[in-house]
Amino acid sequence: MPSLKELRNRIASVQATQKITRAMQMVAAAKLRRAQERVEQSRPYTERMASVIANLSASMSAQEGGLPMLVGTGSDQRHLFVVATADRGLAGAFSSSIARAARDKAQILQRDGKEVKFLFLGKKGFDVLKRLYESQTVEVFEVGTSGPTFADAELMSAKIAELFDAGEFDVATLFFGKFVSVITQDPTQIQMIPAAVEGGDGETLDLGGAAYDYEPDESEILKELLPRYVTTQVFGALLENAASEQGARMTAMDNATRNAGEMIDSLTLTYNRSRQAQITKELIEIISGAEAI
Amino acid sequence: MADKLKFNLVSPEQLLVSADVDMVTLPGSEGEMGVLANHAPLMSTLKSGFLSVSNDSAETKYYVLGGFAEVNPEGLTVLAEHAGEVDGAQRSDFDRHIKAAERKVETAPDDDSRQDAEQAQEHLNALVSELFGG
Repeated sequence: MPSLKELRNRIASVQATQKITRAMQMVAAAKLRRAQERVEQSRPYTERMASVIANLSASMSAQEGGLPMLVGTGSDQRHLFVVATADRGLAGAFSSSIARAARDKAQILQRDGKEVKFLFLGKKGFDVLKRLYESQTVEVFEVGTSGPTFADAELMSAKIAELFDAGEFDVATLFFGKFVSVITQDPTQIQMIPAAVEGGDGETLDLGGAAYDYEPDESEILKELLPRYVTTQVFGALLENAASEQGARMTAMDNATRNAGEMIDSLTLTYNRSRQAQITKELIEIISGAEAI
Repeated sequence: MADKLKFNLVSPEQLLVSADVDMVTLPGSEGEMGVLANHAPLMSTLKSGFLSVSNDSAETKYYVLGGFAEVNPEGLTVLAEHAGEVDGAQRSDFDRHIKAAERKVETAPDDDSRQDAEQAQEHLNALVSELFGG
């Protein structure tokens, strides 16, 4: 049985922890709202970009060869996994579930004798997979805590493009946590290179019989646009991740606060009981002492 | 009154403009161009430069750094990686882009891409010197 003083100390320390987790939950809730707004604001750009690329690649594929970034290098032997996670922990299983999705995929590919390299956006994913894949890690980027900027995404996608131009990989896949709701974040993977553009959802604009004028020509535009498309995808993933991370942290901290509350309750009960027991014991001692006289 | 052109200026971080306007002048990579309502469908890349929007004899100027314009029967959409209103532009915001352009020139793997990078740098420098007078 711990002494009363020990119990008091424990209650105080759990209360302090609860204060911290509650504060973190509220901070995450505020940040989540901002992160969600940023996801919303980036959506028009991402959608327009995807539809333009889809249009262009549809009209391009009828023509010669095409760009390697769009159609691939003709091989799928070497893979690059771009794993976007958080920089900080205390967000439940957020980072580890993304890392696990990447690991599972990597194991399947490696069983087929393919080569996998890793590029981490966010330190946590690297922490999880360090033991298995440290030698295959190309670089680890930090994503910061103040929310991703487009400049960050440019830096990261420049690295990806550089690796691709140097012929370091054939296929690039992006892993991130898609924000579904505050309690659900979906580990998602997208193939970035070769650009897997769907046929624009079958929705084509009626141009009234006219065709697009291209300035300069289509292949020049695509050459300009594809690296930007990669940047846009990376940026989109970073934004989704930022929202998911805050959502996951909010849920995790809500649970932690509730657990701390339960612990305080049970500790307080034990404390009161042992205090009562001590009083009773002292009374018995006094009374039996008085009776003995 | 002539028809109005539906104009969207979108950057990855936000939707800057979404309005019906009279005319937009774009810094196309093959030269400046003005777009009015009912323009023929067009896709063009943009160089770094100024984009001006005229509406009811009022004119608003924006700067764009690299981007892409699409005209279709629905209107004009400009996708710019970095864009903002000329009023309120901060010199310090551009330092990063100038550095990035320099790096691109230095690290260009072949002559072709170096030429492209140098040209992009030139456009950027012209834009900055016009904005801040040197």
